Amino acid sequence: MDLNTETNSQISASAPTGSELVVQTIDLHKIYQGVEPVHAVNGVNLEIAAGEFTAIVGPSGSGKTTLLNIIGGLDRQDSGDVIVAGASLANLPESVLTDFRLNNIGFVFQAYNLIPVLTAQENIEFTMLLQKRPKEEREARSTELLNAVGIGGLGDKRPSQLSGGQQQRVAVARALAPKPTFILADEPTANLDSHSTATLLDIMLELNKKEGMTFIFSTHDQRVIDRARRVITLEDGQIVSDERR
Amino acid sequence: MVTKLAWRNLWRNKRRTFIVIAAIMFAVLLSTVMDSLQAGVYENNIKNMVGFYTGYAQVHQKGYWDDQIMDNTFEDVEGLKKEILANSHVEEVVSRLESFTLAASRKKTTTTQLIGFDPEAEQALTKLKDKLIAGSYPSPEDRALLIGEGVATKLELGIGDSIVLMGQGYHGVSATGLYPIMAIAKFGSPELNKSVIYLPLKEAQYFYGAENRLTSYALLLDKGSAVDEVVADLQQRLDTHAYEVMNWNEMMPWLLQMQQADAGGNKVMMGILYLVIGFVIFGTLLMMIQERQYEFGVVMAVGMKKRKVALMTLIEMLFMTLIAIVSSFTLTIPLLWYFKENPIQLGGEMEEVYQQYGFEAIMPASLDPSIFYYQAIVVFVLAMLVYAFSINKIFRIKPVEAMRH
Ligand SMILES: Nc1ncnc2c1ncn2[C@@H]1O[C@H](COP(=O)(O)OP(=O)(O)OP(=O)(O)O)[C@@H](O)[C@H]1O
Ligand SMILES: [Mg+2]
Repeated sequence: MDLNTETNSQISASAPTGSELVVQTIDLHKIYQGVEPVHAVNGVNLEIAAGEFTAIVGPSGSGKTTLLNIIGGLDRQDSGDVIVAGASLANLPESVLTDFRLNNIGFVFQAYNLIPVLTAQENIEFTMLLQKRPKEEREARSTELLNAVGIGGLGDKRPSQLSGGQQQRVAVARALAPKPTFILADEPTANLDSHSTATLLDIMLELNKKEGMTFIFSTHDQRVIDRARRVITLEDGQIVSDERR
Repeated sequence: MVTKLAWRNLWRNKRRTFIVIAAIMFAVLLSTVMDSLQAGVYENNIKNMVGFYTGYAQVHQKGYWDDQIMDNTFEDVEGLKKEILANSHVEEVVSRLESFTLAASRKKTTTTQLIGFDPEAEQALTKLKDKLIAGSYPSPEDRALLIGEGVATKLELGIGDSIVLMGQGYHGVSATGLYPIMAIAKFGSPELNKSVIYLPLKEAQYFYGAENRLTSYALLLDKGSAVDEVVADLQQRLDTHAYEVMNWNEMMPWLLQMQQADAGGNKVMMGILYLVIGFVIFGTLLMMIQERQYEFGVVMAVGMKKRKVALMTLIEMLFMTLIAIVSSFTLTIPLLWYFKENPIQLGGEMEEVYQQYGFEAIMPASLDPSIFYYQAIVVFVLAMLVYAFSINKIFRIKPVEAMRH
């Protein structure tokens, strides 16, 4: 297998010309070295415009997580570049990258990503605390966000006292709290039942519509895919289709 | 916020927190008890030696300590005693006139230390009266002897029998006398037990032909720890061309040396103890960091700097160390208090060794605050050192990998 040869089916997933870009990847490559090297991301050119609601889909092992991690500044590419909110992430030192993540990217992970010793409200305030926002602002915004994700009365509950769906809604609220440029979610509904999945999606779509928040998420769930506005399909680390609805 | 997080993290995994606290507590507990008993024994030994005989400090004619002869005596002038008593730590000045003397019964002869003493002052300093096993304690006017039990055995004499004393007096006069035994005392130190003879001061001065002269003033202080201060003060105020003021540790340097040698052995044991505890804490810390990989990964991913994560765990460690130190002291202080008041009695071989040196065979505890400061600081530093060694584990965490756990 020649890892450096692009297959013919690779396409560039570009945003409409003239739109404001929040994410742009340029010929992105990531190879996991091992007994057998894996070309997890293989020459991805991707553009995401502000306000898009994008699902990244594809079979298991197609490179969704790897791509999202690189876009989110959690992992580094081997070659190519990632430009988020106008800044290249390629050469940022780690501590600068950490601050960049804090201020620009809201993360929602697959499972249990709340801080167990903090209440729901404190979890939402956590990233704002790292940003050193004043107390009044934190309290006002976390209360507002708790309401926005539909769990207004559960602010003083610890994660262990909440259902999976409720925890994930807190996670979305926390991701939104620092006013990021976009929200990155790797299989946010994978651990949720269908009812919770639907609710979470409602909330995400609502935030997208009302506040214009950009969402980029990966998923295997057809019901989630059906409600996405843009669906980018990966296969073997390459983009094989980019569909807008 | 970091502090709040750290505090709450402590109570999340109570078992883990408890293990770390228990390990540190155990270290503080053991080392404090060890240190306290050792210090207690030393304090007691010094008290024995010093209280038993020398006093914490003495004043002599200059040159007396190096050449302990009758000619190096000084005159017992009231002004000198007043000058010494002017120091507020000095409670009593005990006058003595002492020298080597040959003692003989009808059948036996032995070398003894004849001490001219002031019965009342001596009682205040050395509790001589409490050591009597036969007869009655002399009063200042008595012209009779109080002798060590060993002397009585050696000379095969008892109460009421007489002893012939022969020695050298002041300015080379020969001193001889015949005195009845009015009391027999038993001393802890076998050395003293078989060699001391006490004679009331007035009669002893007469015996030695040294009217109103003394070899030493032994000082009874309100507290032993004031000795350096008292010595310094007296060296200032007394005429140091005529007199020498000596600290007990100058008079008995071997006592300190012996304790230092002994303390060396204990230090090694404590070192091993610290090492073991250090490893226990180290292991638990590593386990803690390993168990919390996911959690650390998440907070780093959402934007918490590694420095802050490290600071959080540092604060957790500080909390645990402080809790451990405080709780072990609340346990040890009453315990050590008890053993200070009710010392452990040593038996068997230990008892013999102690008695050979003239020490009481007991192990009292010491509540000297410096023991607690010292142990708290050592264990604290130990915990921080161990923490420093495990901290790079946190800096090496990669959020992506950590969250895969
Ligand atoms: N740390 C790693 N070391 C080695 N190989 C890896 C590593 N992470 C991912 N891979 C490999 O890279 C490829 C892409 O993995 P990735 O997790 O990005 O896929 P995915 O699309 O997210 O899959 P899934 O749907 O199962 O989550 C897979 O073949 C995977 O085995
Ligand atoms: Mg994945």
